[in-house]
Amino acid sequence: MKRQTRFRNVAAAVSVAVLTAGVVGCSSGGGGSNRTLQVYMGNHGFTEQVQANIEAFEESTGIDVEISVYGEEQLSDQYTVQLNAGSDDIDVMMFRPLQEARLYWENGWLEDLEPHASTATDWDLSDFQPGPIDALTFDGALTSIPVSTERAVLYYRADLLAEQGIAVPTTFEELADAAAAIEAAHDDVVGYVARGNAHGAVPIFSAFLYSHGGDWVDAEGNAALDTPEAIAAYETYGGLLRDYGPSSGLADIQWDSAMALFTQGKAAFYIDADSLATNAIDPSSSTIVDSVAFAPLPAGPAGSRTFNIPNYALGISAYSSAKDEAWAFIEYFTSKESTKQFQLNAIPGARVSVWLDDEALAGFPPTLAAAIAESLDGVGRDRPAVARASEAREIVGRPLLTVLEAGDTAAAAQEANRAFQQLLDEVQD
Amino acid sequence: MAVRTTFGSTPGSAWINEHRKWVLAAPALVFVGALVVIPIIYTVVLSLTDARGSILSEFSFIGLENYAAVLSDTARFWPAAWRTFAYTTVALSLQMSLGLAIALLLRRPFRGQGIVRVIILLPVVATPVAVGMMWQLILEPNIGVANHLLESIGLPRGSFLGSQSTALVTLAIIDAWQWTPMVTLILLAGLSTLPEEPDEAARVDGATAWQRFRFITFPLLRPTFFAALALRAVDALKSFDVLYAIKGPGGGSYHEAETLNIYAYSLNFSHNNYGIAATVLTLFVALTLALVTLLIFRRKEVRP
Repeated sequence: MKRQTRFRNVAAAVSVAVLTAGVVGCSSGGGGSNRTLQVYMGNHGFTEQVQANIEAFEESTGIDVEISVYGEEQLSDQYTVQLNAGSDDIDVMMFRPLQEARLYWENGWLEDLEPHASTATDWDLSDFQPGPIDALTFDGALTSIPVSTERAVLYYRADLLAEQGIAVPTTFEELADAAAAIEAAHDDVVGYVARGNAHGAVPIFSAFLYSHGGDWVDAEGNAALDTPEAIAAYETYGGLLRDYGPSSGLADIQWDSAMALFTQGKAAFYIDADSLATNAIDPSSSTIVDSVAFAPLPAGPAGSRTFNIPNYALGISAYSSAKDEAWAFIEYFTSKESTKQFQLNAIPGARVSVWLDDEALAGFPPTLAAAIAESLDGVGRDRPAVARASEAREIVGRPLLTVLEAGDTAAAAQEANRAFQQLLDEVQD
Repeated sequence: MAVRTTFGSTPGSAWINEHRKWVLAAPALVFVGALVVIPIIYTVVLSLTDARGSILSEFSFIGLENYAAVLSDTARFWPAAWRTFAYTTVALSLQMSLGLAIALLLRRPFRGQGIVRVIILLPVVATPVAVGMMWQLILEPNIGVANHLLESIGLPRGSFLGSQSTALVTLAIIDAWQWTPMVTLILLAGLSTLPEEPDEAARVDGATAWQRFRFITFPLLRPTFFAALALRAVDALKSFDVLYAIKGPGGGSYHEAETLNIYAYSLNFSHNNYGIAATVLTLFVALTLALVTLLIFRRKEVRP
């Protein structure tokens, strides 16, 4: 009798506790306008600026915001998992337009922002650089708003150049000579560093490709990796790294390792995106803050042609249940005022008026400002423009490995061209 | 007073009592069913389709086409399978032999043995991603500590993770570094249950330490050894965190660290090709099951 009563009491207590927890859980999760806006962002200077200014946004609009920050690959993985499940846990999504916009649009994961954008007259859609906006518009639908842009620039150590009496290189040949000279004079400094990983190097390589007069596809849309221009570009990119770069581990170098090498003073020249410059001028992580300087991309046979692309954009998830609030967030942080403020903190924006503003480049170190000013007229893509961007990157990056090993570049380029053409044919179907 | 064997007399509680086996097991069954069985079935079903891009968009059943494509893929699948096998073999042989050696050393009670056991456990409790990043920094060919130390004692610099030929072995060694303590712990537990008489008798008879180990200690330890081996084999086959943290998606530029697990991840998250990814995963699970079954049946054979 006693055992039975105790069991009943315990069972009753447990069920009451569970029910209470359930009720409390339900009520705090529900609610429409009290819902927190879920924003997913990537690891970038733009995100840091948003985080610094989020309180002002929350106060002025009354919307609570929760920002989740991930590295590039992890951010994409998050979207793949959550949006495949049709989850409404994501409202605002920050992603890489040239890598993912087309894929996400074809998957039906993005909301068309055209209705919002065209009615926001103060915010002014026409103020955005046409290139990025075109790249983000599919079938008349505006899939996202570009928030920052980047171009390839040359990072260099002004002190090492002055020591050898070398002028800032303006062509790839001059760069090779300068790198050789500095490397000969210093035991622990390599002449040049850049991304060596086949997948990661593709965007920077694209600037080399354009500067040699090549492109990913020809005028008819067929793969063009085996043209003499493309092969020359592969040889220049890989050759510089092979001959004047670190002695080993080249195929592993991503931008963070290359940046680490450069900011620890172990390399004289470094070609990468200007949007990463904050890493080189930040005293807390860079030992060369006083000696780093920037120059436009050296010229190849077809001139100095870099890309000028939106590296990140903000979109709204098609499954979001707070789309108006999401638009309010995007409108606020891509407005003229925000863009200008961020640009003064060295985040290059995508608005024409902000670039034309006299104070526009005040937030960048002088040499970087000059390099950017000369690179604004760039190509609007830094990788093949297909939905299966990741696979395409693997294919077009492979010949770089052959150059790093001093193998037969032409054969590798032809093999890559064949594989790339196959991909293009498959995508057409 | 007779002891009551049923709680309460309502029809509901009587039913529960009669089926108490199922009622008590129900939560575990539901858990396993929902989180293990259903996903596996769904994966196998997906492997028979051409799903890609978005799982919510339409896809069609294409039968065993995916399997044909994967099994004939000599560019990525079979090299990945070979790498999985090589990585597992190297990691396991290192772990098991080192683990056994250390367990034998630590077997006799000694002062401070508690502290020693805690210290040797440290690699196991570290998260794989942290371990991966730590070793990546240490073994970095250009600015890492390892090469710095090697140079200072006059040895040639190595490229460890940076070279295509040594990367996989280096990763297997890192895996062994992290998991040897766990093997040691399991084997220590096994050793502590062994009777001392056979060993003492052999010592009296004049057997050497190696003979004692080979003919007495190890045969008695076999069940524990194979339990640890089976456990570590499955883990090593599935190894992902350290490989991904160090080499990134695709297993590096030359796919030098691309095991089946990493390949399937890449197919799923980079290529968004869910049909082929499911195929690779199904084949992988079949392979793992086959290996574990082999190990378990072997164990049964040699039980004295």
